[in-house]
Amino acid sequence: MREEPILQVKNLRKQFGTGCVECREVENRKLEKNFCKSCGTVYACQDISFDLYPGEILGIVGESGSGKSTMMQCLYFDSDVSSGEAFINTSELEGKNVFELSSQQKRAIRNHVYGMVYQNPVHGLKMDFSSVGNIAEKLIAAGNRNVAEMEATSRRLLESVHIPLHRMKEEPRNFSGGMQQRVQIAKALSNNPPILFLDEVTTGLDLSVQANVLDLIKKIQRDLGISMIVVSHDLAVIRMLADRTIVLLNGKIIEEGLTDQVLEDPQHEYTQQLVYSLL
Amino acid sequence: MSMLEITDFGKRFTIHHLGKTMPAIEHINFSLEAGEFIGIVGKSGSGKSTILKSIYRTYLPDAGEILYQSDRFGEVDLAKLSERQILYLRKYEIGYVSQFLSVMPRTTCRQLVTNALLEMGESEEVALMEAEKSLAHFELDPKLWDSYPNTFSGGEKLRLNIAMATVKKPRLLLLDEPTASLDQQSKVKVREIIEKLKNKGTTLVGIFHDIEFMDGLCDKVFDMQTRQLTVAKEAVGYES
Repeated sequence: MREEPILQVKNLRKQFGTGCVECREVENRKLEKNFCKSCGTVYACQDISFDLYPGEILGIVGESGSGKSTMMQCLYFDSDVSSGEAFINTSELEGKNVFELSSQQKRAIRNHVYGMVYQNPVHGLKMDFSSVGNIAEKLIAAGNRNVAEMEATSRRLLESVHIPLHRMKEEPRNFSGGMQQRVQIAKALSNNPPILFLDEVTTGLDLSVQANVLDLIKKIQRDLGISMIVVSHDLAVIRMLADRTIVLLNGKIIEEGLTDQVLEDPQHEYTQQLVYSLL
Repeated sequence: MSMLEITDFGKRFTIHHLGKTMPAIEHINFSLEAGEFIGIVGKSGSGKSTILKSIYRTYLPDAGEILYQSDRFGEVDLAKLSERQILYLRKYEIGYVSQFLSVMPRTTCRQLVTNALLEMGESEEVALMEAEKSLAHFELDPKLWDSYPNTFSGGEKLRLNIAMATVKKPRLLLLDEPTASLDQQSKVKVREIIEKLKNKGTTLVGIFHDIEFMDGLCDKVFDMQTRQLTVAKEAVGYES
């Protein structure tokens, strides 16, 4: 089976701080977790490399501070990487390290190739625009100009995430957390992105709403074949969604494998602790 | 050529908080032809599930070979195959069934079986039809089809699992203690189901702590204690 990854990340590094003699050398840096005690530099992501294949859901687990969200922000260009490469396998972008593209080109990738769903809907939605308006905004960014068409697309998407028709013109700030999250997912899907990032999307939702959102994500994978990276600290969510899983600790990948294998036969000491903690 | 050939297979578990590595099974050898049913027997803790889970790669094998004749890839070693290829085989060729159900929350029985087919790229229409056929075939009460399986009995969960796995028409089906903790009547049903699968030509590996129940159904029996493979005598015809 010859299969090309749709997204390839190589040696992604992100540090906060300049580093000092104690911590600059990768091989023998003395860190307290991901923190250099002598200069205060935080190494949030250290040499993260992975492949994302077409149509798969890749799970990323790790405790708070393990670098999950920083990694997502780097991938989505919300923050710059300290070093590293990422390649997207489309005809226009082939062979180009997307981290080194101009901000205009990065914006084009966000508009056409990527979708992002943040843990906090405030980051992904304009709370004082209508729900339809929010989706239209993304459609316009993706080059759409036909108002009637955009409205129809918005309606179809909001319907698919179970937002009632009579509330589509309402501002998301009036919605419950679960509804906001579903509007955010609809918005992220509006440009038909081949790659979707989901950062702790079910965290803070009650179980019933969580079941809705999980079902929605699986349905998107089945129907649209979108590749997704799902970040969560919740192993149960990862078990339901992800085909393969990566475990992060202190900014490093310490284990990766098939999701059920990582959960039932964890190899690394930390993963074992994590799995023993599962309810 | 054998469908499945396990050679000098072994698996250890390293438990970090105990600082220990414990061998679970060692030097396991057996093979299975297409269309055969092998029963693995042994008391609990003897490593039966470890073998099954290693074939499915839920456990990471660490010694020996698990050669499998794949439709898509030809002969492959399941112990070393890439994760993406294992995922492909799980989707299209190898099924795993236990009595435990780990499925999407708040999804009906019917939807779960349908989804198994949709994942393979089947059309919605065909998937729905095949799902119903499969649920009926494995004798799940139609009243249960649109309910959530949380409240199903052990036997019903098992039959739902079998429906979800077999609707994909796997070439190799792994059965993890399908008769454990079932009453006599449900066991008879499971036996009938295995008979049906066998008649359709599915290759089966099943583990049982008590093999008597499968008498006359297994082509081969692997005993964990003696590590011996015995070929069942052709006694079926002479019965009673």
